[in-house]
Amino acid sequence: MTVVKEHTPPLTGSPRPRGAARLGDLPFGAIASAALLAVVVVAAVAPGLLTRADPLAADPLRALAPPGGAHWFGTDHLGRDVLARVVHGAGHSLSIGAGAVLVAVGVGLLLGVLAGLAPRLLDEALSRAFDTLATFPDVMLALLVIAILGPGTGNVILAIGLAQIPNYARVIRAQTFVVRRSGYVEQAVTFGLAWPRLVLRHVLPNALGPLPVLATIGLGQAVIAASGLSFLGMGPQPPSPEWGTMLAEARNYLRVAWWQAFFPGVAVTLTVICLTATGRRLQRRFEGRRS
Amino acid sequence: MSLVTVEDLRVGFPRAGVRAVRGIGLTVGAGECVAIVGESGSGKSVTARSLVGLPGPGAEVTAARFEIGGRDALRFGERDWRRVRGGFAGLVLQDALVSLDPLRRVGDEIAEVLATHDVVPRAGRARRAAELLASVGVPEPETRARQYPHQLSGGLRQRALIASALAADPPLIIADEPTTALDVTVQAQVLALLAARKAEGTALLMISHDLAVVASIADRVLVMKDGVVVEEGPTGRVLAAPGHDYTRTLLAAVPSAASRGTRLSAIAAGGVALRTPLPPREARGTEPILSADRLTASYGSRRLVDEVSLEVRQGETVGIVGESGSGKTTVARLLLGLLEPASGEVRLRGERWSGVPERRRRRSRTAIQLISQNPLDSFDPRYTVGRLVAEPLTALPRHRRRDRVSELLDRVGLDGDVAARHPRALSGGQRQRVAIARALAPRPDILVCDEPVSALDVSIQAQVLDLLAEIQAADGTSLVFISHDLGVVHHVSDRVVVMRGGRVVEEGHVDEVFFMPREDYTRDLLAAVPTLGRTPGRTPG
Repeated sequence: MTVVKEHTPPLTGSPRPRGAARLGDLPFGAIASAALLAVVVVAAVAPGLLTRADPLAADPLRALAPPGGAHWFGTDHLGRDVLARVVHGAGHSLSIGAGAVLVAVGVGLLLGVLAGLAPRLLDEALSRAFDTLATFPDVMLALLVIAILGPGTGNVILAIGLAQIPNYARVIRAQTFVVRRSGYVEQAVTFGLAWPRLVLRHVLPNALGPLPVLATIGLGQAVIAASGLSFLGMGPQPPSPEWGTMLAEARNYLRVAWWQAFFPGVAVTLTVICLTATGRRLQRRFEGRRS
Repeated sequence: MSLVTVEDLRVGFPRAGVRAVRGIGLTVGAGECVAIVGESGSGKSVTARSLVGLPGPGAEVTAARFEIGGRDALRFGERDWRRVRGGFAGLVLQDALVSLDPLRRVGDEIAEVLATHDVVPRAGRARRAAELLASVGVPEPETRARQYPHQLSGGLRQRALIASALAADPPLIIADEPTTALDVTVQAQVLALLAARKAEGTALLMISHDLAVVASIADRVLVMKDGVVVEEGPTGRVLAAPGHDYTRTLLAAVPSAASRGTRLSAIAAGGVALRTPLPPREARGTEPILSADRLTASYGSRRLVDEVSLEVRQGETVGIVGESGSGKTTVARLLLGLLEPASGEVRLRGERWSGVPERRRRRSRTAIQLISQNPLDSFDPRYTVGRLVAEPLTALPRHRRRDRVSELLDRVGLDGDVAARHPRALSGGQRQRVAIARALAPRPDILVCDEPVSALDVSIQAQVLDLLAEIQAADGTSLVFISHDLGVVHHVSDRVVVMRGGRVVEEGHVDEVFFMPREDYTRDLLAAVPTLGRTPGRTPG
């Protein structure tokens, strides 16, 4: 029957352990995006390693200097070093993004598992709530929340997190649903395991599978949403070096100093592209392993 | 003239490091039925696929002689192969649901073959498709031709697939496990259909793992093992007087009435296969350890189980047979307390087992354990074998679990080092052994086996059935054995329950029911079972 299949090397115990793919096997894009992400993470965690300049030190005499020897990315309208601000901005943008993802994953996981295990009526109610939440575009919903709560970093995290909840809740619910009805959970019932233990031991760990992938892609979306909101003045207030805020400030000087908008713009774009590319890559690997 | 002549055919998959077929010879003449029999991994499917130019991705095919329809197939290009497929050789595969396009009507599927080989002008294709469906015994062919594969039953789908294979009127039909996914009665119909085509002069190359299926239809049999033909000859001779030890073991491994009380995994040596007796079972109690009283279960408005009653005594094996959809598995779930009956009652060791809160049931859960058809489904995908087997051992202190696990693995004939491995890296037989070890772990009184050997090769099936028999003899465990395979049920059961459409049709001692069936349905079921021809008493008169 399936001669070929019978002889393919077993999934586990292959000579090369999982995750230890040689660098040469990976396409250029994967290496490039991973490397760029590493730089962004370094910038967020230890900006001092990438730049010595103070992102807040204004020097009106050197305002709007083009990129050059002293200031690689030029200076802005107050004479602050754009490179320093882009580097220090990574911390702001990433922490808002990560915070939002954390909120979304936390709440989404809880509600998703609940919906997946709940009796039909509660499941219906929760699912329709997810649907309602998902009908609003993320940024619009976030704006709505900020309109109520007021601007500020914490509120932006909350707003974006709230808007992303259905992404996670729906997938987790579906996974929980499948696992709950799986043969191995049924088998565990015959061993006399009580439900709380069943959920902790079998349902949760197996339902969590797609989370890392989703969260990686979600982080990209959160970063761009955060920049968007900051651009509108809803997020961290100037003079904080946040990418969206920087873009907003640079808007008035586009004609005379392109670099002031260009570099933070590139930073947002590249970060999001790299996050999404890495997320999709993980997704393909994850799905390949499952099939 | 022979349609296919192959000498020293070799098919390898260099990239996977596999040599699937290692030098076999084969001829199929007009109007002849040749069968290739072997277990999974023997290379029989790859052989069949090579004959239509589809050996698989990355395959390397070489042969001393490879002639199809008198032409040298080694020099065939893709165009030549396309003409062979459908035009010269119609291919029938095991699972018609996979082989038919789900988005296309059955009639269009057949019409496509007609169009590809330009047999019938466009205007007549729809009518010809209906005629073909009628010729393979599909009732109301015009209506069926307009339906989609999912609207057809398994038997009708298989016939539709055969109709599409016959569409271009090829002189040869290649059928790869054409009846494996079907119920016995439907299997009998499909085999009769193929036999009728053969009588009309179509040559047939049949691939099967089942010697009995082949016995009824093939003129010649090739027995394959590990990519080579170990034995070849007229069907009657090979089955009655096998010349190779492997054939003998295969034949001895087929469970039936005659094999009761003996080991199926026989050692073939010196020209005979000896079946050694199984250890005798201890005397049985008279009180039922598990009883079901007029159980009913429904799904929506459909009754899955209707007033089913049965009793299991200690150390006894009760077989449940029936075709797919007869409610066998639902009964298993009711007995295991995984499903609440709509009415009726289950009692376990004299106590109420259905209709009680889960909290009360939980304490006795370990007394009744399940072994299912596909062990992988019942294993948490993240667990290693050791962790799986240890899972039911919740009552045991942690440090003693490891010893108990290796003891259990030893008992089912697995090495201790399997514990660290993942079930996905094990073979089907090994996985089923792990499932048995796990079910035995809490020392249950009753094992509910739901098609436990249906996915296994005959020789592996033999080992697993022997293992279950040994365990039963040693522990006095009761078995509820669910299977669609009447031979297996006759081999293992003391009493048998025949189910149809959720109802019990007939029940009684297995010999009584199978040798002297009272009900027509049981008689039909038994008559449909293909036999090796030499097993006494299997076909009622």
